[in-house]
Amino acid sequence: AAARGCGGVWRRACQRGAGGHSLAPRGQRAVACNARGGAVPPGKSGLAPWVPVVGLEIHAQISSNSKLFSGSEVQFAAPPNSLVSFFDASLPGTLPVLNRRCVEAAVMTGLALNCSINKKSLFDRKHYFYADLPAGYQITQQRVPIAVNGSLSYSLCIDNKMSQMVTKTVRIKQIQLEQDSGKSLHDDTRSQTLIDLNRAGVGLMEVVMEPDMCCGEEAAAAVRELQLILQTLGSSQAIMAEGQLRVDANVSVHRPGEPYGVRTEVKNINSIRFLAKAVDYEIQRQIEELKNGGTILNETRAFDSKLGCTVPMRDKEGKQDYRFMPEPNLPPLILYNAKSLPANMNHQQVVNIDWIHERLPDLPSVKRAKLVEQYGILPEHSFTLMSEDGLTEFFENVVKQTQMKPNKVIGWILNDMLSYLKQHSLTVKESPVSSFLLADLLNLLEKKEISSTAAKQVLAELWKGEGKTPLEIVKEKKLELIQDQKELEQICQAVIDGQENEVIMMVLE
Amino acid sequence: QTVTVAVLDHLERLALVDFRDAEGVQRLQEAIQFADQLHEVNTDGVEPMDSVLEDRCLYLREDDVTEGNCTKELLKNAKEKVEEYFVAPPGNIPLPKLEERETFLQGS
Repeated sequence: AAARGCGGVWRRACQRGAGGHSLAPRGQRAVACNARGGAVPPGKSGLAPWVPVVGLEIHAQISSNSKLFSGSEVQFAAPPNSLVSFFDASLPGTLPVLNRRCVEAAVMTGLALNCSINKKSLFDRKHYFYADLPAGYQITQQRVPIAVNGSLSYSLCIDNKMSQMVTKTVRIKQIQLEQDSGKSLHDDTRSQTLIDLNRAGVGLMEVVMEPDMCCGEEAAAAVRELQLILQTLGSSQAIMAEGQLRVDANVSVHRPGEPYGVRTEVKNINSIRFLAKAVDYEIQRQIEELKNGGTILNETRAFDSKLGCTVPMRDKEGKQDYRFMPEPNLPPLILYNAKSLPANMNHQQVVNIDWIHERLPDLPSVKRAKLVEQYGILPEHSFTLMSEDGLTEFFENVVKQTQMKPNKVIGWILNDMLSYLKQHSLTVKESPVSSFLLADLLNLLEKKEISSTAAKQVLAELWKGEGKTPLEIVKEKKLELIQDQKELEQICQAVIDGQENEVIMMVLE
Repeated sequence: QTVTVAVLDHLERLALVDFRDAEGVQRLQEAIQFADQLHEVNTDGVEPMDSVLEDRCLYLREDDVTEGNCTKELLKNAKEKVEEYFVAPPGNIPLPKLEERETFLQGS
């Protein structure tokens, strides 16, 4: 089968040692995929180009009070082994009991990703030995997961400008419920590993994306969109820095028309930026290796963020045999819809797919379209608004409090406010300039009491967070536009008189 | 059809069982033969059954915090601990290679 990836215009994705370029969607990009869908162009040797293929396995921690199969609490950063029940520690005589909230989270996510929800899904055991997996197996859904065959649409800017956005789709193979493992802290000095089981048994949704992507930028954009969707649904908070969203990339390259190449799995990717870097590095590494007559091993590699490269992982030798078997302690998970709902069943024991579907919130793509329609802004604008936590709310609050038109306000938000925030590494919530202050300032501008140059000066002052109002700053710095006709005439006359040999035209704003 | 040494080695690695001697391997052999009787039944077009529980209702628990906070009790079982962490070796300790092991398989 021909590759589904699009290939792209290739430049070296990262330099060893030197800091790479930021690969945020609106920042600079070291690599771009073109929408026309060309493969990587041939080198000087004139051989056929390479087609990179990228698939993703994403683990999202379910946002719930308690764990997937036990009643211990789910919380980031608690004293070690304080959130662990006897079941989580795999003590004999304990049994798994499924958490209803986790099932609902998986159904919501499946519906949001256009999946078919399996009304009957099964649990399995995946066996391997590791100190952070006390039972020696993980309960997962290998044979029949809860949701299959969905899709995720995401947007990319082409040509490094925010002016042209293109929509791509990646197929979702499946979503499965599974247990998280505990955490290992490696103490190399004493040659030991410290185990904290607080995370052991936390519910995860594994989202498997088919290899429809072709480069780091696409992978990053797809994950970013998934993150926004999960956060909108509330099924996962999806904060990568807290390990609530973990991504492994499967990467291979092949010649057009030939079968897919051997793939490697890349792990230890800790941010969306690093995801793009890791994928691009690995593609480049594989191309170089094959060009030099080498072969690609079907191995697991770790991304080293300091060096910007991938390295083989120790402890992962050869193909793992997980000896999957049905989980004997859990009957099949049955979900219902309005039609199949049994008449006299206890509500608490029923997960109704239709009920959940009716209550799904507006997804990011729908919200973006609504913003464009409601405020007359461009799709690229709404994309940027929604990418920044709290920015949409900020924008809408300013619009409410000012007479300035939304399509003018947007410039102040995206150009001025956002760049200040980025410069000082602040979130919208941490902004010293509130929506109220900005609206106040924009009103002065709208009423023509100040010029836009003056407005920018006032904003710069407001950023100092000294508590002054825009009006106070204008008065202090004498930035008011002079409105009095007579006064203006006098000033002009004086200037003209002072320059007898020149006539100066003053443009009055 | 006997179980090969390669398969026995593979199983010992995966499951950390020790077949130990000829008697152990023989027991395995007999268990496989016993299970092979299943092949005498024609199961074409029949869905496999995982468990006799398949018609039971899977109980769904409310999302309440009801357990945990028993660090002391859990650590009582630990051979070694550091503050409140369990201590484990730095990584999985690999089984010695087939040639180096002191089991029946080495002597065969």
